[in-house]
Amino acid sequence: MSTTTPAPPRLNTMRAIARIYPYAKPAMKWIYAGMGAALAAGVVTLIIPIVLQGLVDGPLRTGDASQIWPAGLLVLALGFLEAVFIMLRRWFVLTPGTHIEARMRNGLYAQLQDLPVAFHDRWQSGQLLSRAVSDLNLIRRWLSFGFVLLIVNTVTILIGFAVLLSWSLWLGLLFLAMSIPLWVYGYLFEKKYSVIARRAQDQQGDLATAVEESVHGIRVLKAFGRGKHSLLKFADQAELLRGTEIEKAKAIAGIWFWLVLIPDVAFALCLLGGVALAAAGELSVGELFAFFATATVLRFPIESIGFLLSMTFDARTATDRFFEVMDEVNTITDPESPRELRKPTGRLTFEKVEFRYQDAAPDLPGTLDGIDLTLEPGETMALVGITGSGKTTLTALATRLYDVTGGRILLDDVDIRDLTREELRRHVAMAFEDATLFSASVRDNVLLGRPDLTESDDLAAAREAERVLTEAIEIAQAGFTYDLPNGLETLVGEEGLSLSGGQRQRLALARAVAADPAVLVLDDPLSALDVDTEALVEAALRRVLAKTTGLIVAHRPSTVQMADRVALLQEGRITDVGTHSELLQRNEHYRYVISSLEDEELAAEERAERDLRLAEEQGRRQDAIDRESRVIDQDGEGIR
Amino acid sequence: MSVVGVEGEERDDFTRGESRQMRARSLRLLGSLVRPVRARVILTMFVIVLSTALQVAGPALIAYGIDTGLPALLDENDWMPIGLIVGAYLLTGISGAAFIALYQVMSARLSQAILLDLRKRVFLHTQRLSLEFHESYTSGRIIARQTSDLDSIRELLDSGLNQLVSGMLYMSFTAAALVLLDPTSGLVLAVSLVPLLLLTRWFQVRSQKLFRYTRVASARLIVHFVETMTGIRAVKAFRKEPRNAVQFGDHVEEYRHANARVIRLFGIFDPGLVLIGNVTVAAVLVVGGFRIVEGSLAVGALLGILLYTRRFFDPAEEMAMFYNSYQGAAAALEKISGVLEETPSVADPTTPIDLWKARGTVHFDRVRFQYAQDEVVLPDLELEIPAGQTIALVGTTGAGKSTLAKLIARFYDPTSGAVTLDGVDLRKLHPKDLRRAIVMVTQEAYLFSGTVADNIALGNPQATRDQIVDAAKAVGAHEFIESLPHGYDTDVNKRGGRVSAGQRQLISFARAFLADPVVLILDEATASLDIPSERLVQQALNTLLSDRTAVIIAHRLSTVAIADRVLVMEHGRIVEDGTPAELIAGTGKFAQLHAAWRDSLV
Repeated sequence: MSTTTPAPPRLNTMRAIARIYPYAKPAMKWIYAGMGAALAAGVVTLIIPIVLQGLVDGPLRTGDASQIWPAGLLVLALGFLEAVFIMLRRWFVLTPGTHIEARMRNGLYAQLQDLPVAFHDRWQSGQLLSRAVSDLNLIRRWLSFGFVLLIVNTVTILIGFAVLLSWSLWLGLLFLAMSIPLWVYGYLFEKKYSVIARRAQDQQGDLATAVEESVHGIRVLKAFGRGKHSLLKFADQAELLRGTEIEKAKAIAGIWFWLVLIPDVAFALCLLGGVALAAAGELSVGELFAFFATATVLRFPIESIGFLLSMTFDARTATDRFFEVMDEVNTITDPESPRELRKPTGRLTFEKVEFRYQDAAPDLPGTLDGIDLTLEPGETMALVGITGSGKTTLTALATRLYDVTGGRILLDDVDIRDLTREELRRHVAMAFEDATLFSASVRDNVLLGRPDLTESDDLAAAREAERVLTEAIEIAQAGFTYDLPNGLETLVGEEGLSLSGGQRQRLALARAVAADPAVLVLDDPLSALDVDTEALVEAALRRVLAKTTGLIVAHRPSTVQMADRVALLQEGRITDVGTHSELLQRNEHYRYVISSLEDEELAAEERAERDLRLAEEQGRRQDAIDRESRVIDQDGEGIR
Repeated sequence: MSVVGVEGEERDDFTRGESRQMRARSLRLLGSLVRPVRARVILTMFVIVLSTALQVAGPALIAYGIDTGLPALLDENDWMPIGLIVGAYLLTGISGAAFIALYQVMSARLSQAILLDLRKRVFLHTQRLSLEFHESYTSGRIIARQTSDLDSIRELLDSGLNQLVSGMLYMSFTAAALVLLDPTSGLVLAVSLVPLLLLTRWFQVRSQKLFRYTRVASARLIVHFVETMTGIRAVKAFRKEPRNAVQFGDHVEEYRHANARVIRLFGIFDPGLVLIGNVTVAAVLVVGGFRIVEGSLAVGALLGILLYTRRFFDPAEEMAMFYNSYQGAAAALEKISGVLEETPSVADPTTPIDLWKARGTVHFDRVRFQYAQDEVVLPDLELEIPAGQTIALVGTTGAGKSTLAKLIARFYDPTSGAVTLDGVDLRKLHPKDLRRAIVMVTQEAYLFSGTVADNIALGNPQATRDQIVDAAKAVGAHEFIESLPHGYDTDVNKRGGRVSAGQRQLISFARAFLADPVVLILDEATASLDIPSERLVQQALNTLLSDRTAVIIAHRLSTVAIADRVLVMEHGRIVEDGTPAELIAGTGKFAQLHAAWRDSLV
């Protein structure tokens, strides 16, 4: 969460919630209609006791049996009306409410997709998910249920008390006085309860994290035999959660105690008072009868106020959390009047490029501190540097996943900020070290960057798609995909088949190649491949790179060899550019980064050995025979 | 047919016998969970019965007050009866409230005790299950068992069962009170039960289906959402946003529709309940009214009857919901009991052999290994690794290198033959001694939440801070750790604590160093290091490996150079065996690989 940004002035609850009005506006008339229906239902239920009073004080006292049926039918009709109004309330708000929720959810998603990567670096997906699902759910329920009932129940209570007071001033006042502690306690309870509930939720999250880690890290735990250790930690957390849950139950027990106690005490005292008043002749039996019937009707609205208030506060929090994301200003946007590159040649120029992460300490130099580098069309440039030198950052700037904080980047002499993001990313494709695949078929994953082919109904496009797909798979040595259960239609990603790191990397590479960009940016795309596969991929990639501008982050000499030139990145600057052998010769830091001591020692050893072997050329045949016999010996050992 | 363990979890076409078997399994689990707390269950039941009885007394007392208290006051000015009645009302009110509160706390204690027990059992069992199980049963599923499935059981225990028990008691006590007050009205109420049951049953059947739709729709929505957010870089780089928006819009609409159908169902069920209640009230009123005129019923009693009738229907809606939480919990319990039924294929020994001080001789005695029903990975392996020797395993993917390593670490057990440490079969070795003696470091260096120091200390929880720092220094991790915002106390999950793949690997090396095993296995452990880091690690490895047995699997041949002996594997067999120098000088596979690698260097 963004704790660093200063909190905006806190709005009052009504003003804060009112911010959802633009989303709710089309549905407001239905919500008001629902309120009307709910109010009608409330009024109808309050009329029933009046009928009862008339019945008890009239026909029942006089013994006029003929009036019983009409009264009974009247009660039946009113009861029927109540059910109809309740149904209407639900049906009025139902569909509009879900549409508000859907509108807000799509809006949030669009905003999140638009916000730059820097935003996503700060926010965990879990945080965003709870906003997109549970918060919006809560807002919908509040709008179509909480908001409606809060208003309606308040009005019903007011009317109900008016009715009660009309029966008997003293009894009404007594009942009213007894209700007040319930509201106060209800309000206090909700405040206290939400704190505990929040804590329980957090602890539950911690427990879930512990579970996740114990599963994801199971190899480590097993390797070190730390299963017991992690169980103890887990048990502690589970114990903590249990304590909180019981505390929660105690809070609930507290509110239940008062919810049951206060109405019962109020009824008991009203019974005493009512009987006394009736005895004194100030109240008819029918009125006493109707009083209790009315009080019973009012019991639910009175009890619900505390709950509805807390729901309102929750809805306010949910709204705040929603707008926390919606208010975020996107810093990487399309230009007002974008320029267009029809067919870029692929010249990529970094001019005095600076970059610092938002959360970087201000006294430190930026991650990139004045990069000057030009990639000529068709040229392949390897980017070499130690971990943390800014290689990945530099590659991310070229597609505006981040924007430079100083200087500029040019594609064919056009500042990339003057292009639309869509166009820029069509010309510049990337493969990342941690390869992300989406829950879709292998085909869709590889052709992700080619909506021009996949979204088209044209037969030629379909054929072209097939060709691009086959070629990309061949180049990335991803032929294993043909052997998957459903071949290229096999579902991969979160919901599909799980692939190894090397397989995922190859698919990500195929995806970048299939995009057929003017500039190909590869962030250490071969790190998870074994030597043989790596060699094959490199050979095939050379073909692609011959006609495409390439920027490749490299850790290994073999990867560097695909490049025409190498740029050495050191503490946020390019300190040297040249061919691999030039840099090996003249730059010590380069040697430090790209070749290990052992390599050099071994190479020296090899040379010595080679000399030795040349000298022994005469006896070479003999050597071979010796060697063979040794192998046979070893085999013999193996069999024994 | 029978279903064992987690098998068939994704199916929904069980035969009758299979379903019965799974239900029996769930019940057994439930029984074993309830047995330790059964005394408290009985006590809790007693409290809720008492509390409900006290709560239900109210309307009868009002009726009694009007019919007996009022005439006494009117006719004889006797305050005694009404005083007693009001006193009784207050007493039942207070004690009923106290007991319901007590019940809340007691039932929470009960359900939490059961949950804690279950949580610990599943967690421990998950840890005990072998890697073979974890490799086939994905992490997402095992996590779901321990989170969302346990949540649905919690929901059943906390609210579902609560509502059912208290609702049922409330309804039956109310009905009983009504019958006691006036049997004729009881008859009317009994008639109203018919539509009530029909409506509830209809609701249950429909809602069960619709709730399943919403769950499926929300799961789809969530997966899509999370995938977009975690893969946002790829989404942006490949301009997937507009296509995503369409897909997500579909998911949102599907979810909205599913939700709307559930709400619509309530839109019928809820007014339906109200209608049945109101019709019953009207009927009771008419029936009661005639009898008052006849003089066979008192006015107060009619009031009591009406109040009871109205209250009778109060818990109906919540009770109808019970079935849903029950359904969810039953499915969850079936899955959890399935996991608990799995037996670890790598089981702890029953009579473990202690090995206090291992020397580190590892022997593969005619080891054959195959995954369940799959092709043979190691057909027949005979290998002796003398204590202190460093071995490098070389070969293409699928040659069996990792399997060999995992057999030494006892992540798997051989199908036949035995792997021994100092002559003791690993299957008989005390797990504690096994893990102290043998440690494996893999390519995926997993870090747990907590500080860097915590993560290193996992190798030896008793280690002091100095020992931790020494371990980090020994593997060359000290400098980068010091440069983190809070040094060793940096939280690895916090944003400032960004550590690269290579740095994670260095931390896991420090962890292994701190554990100080006699046998160390490195499975592709240096693959993600950049060259300077690898150089640091290799310097450390020279000292780290000097006095212990080591098995190194590496694609990069530079790592192989420090080995005393190289084994080249192909299709599960060792095809070359010798010192690096010997093999390089030869004409075999290793010599070829080495030549190719050397060419790539310059």
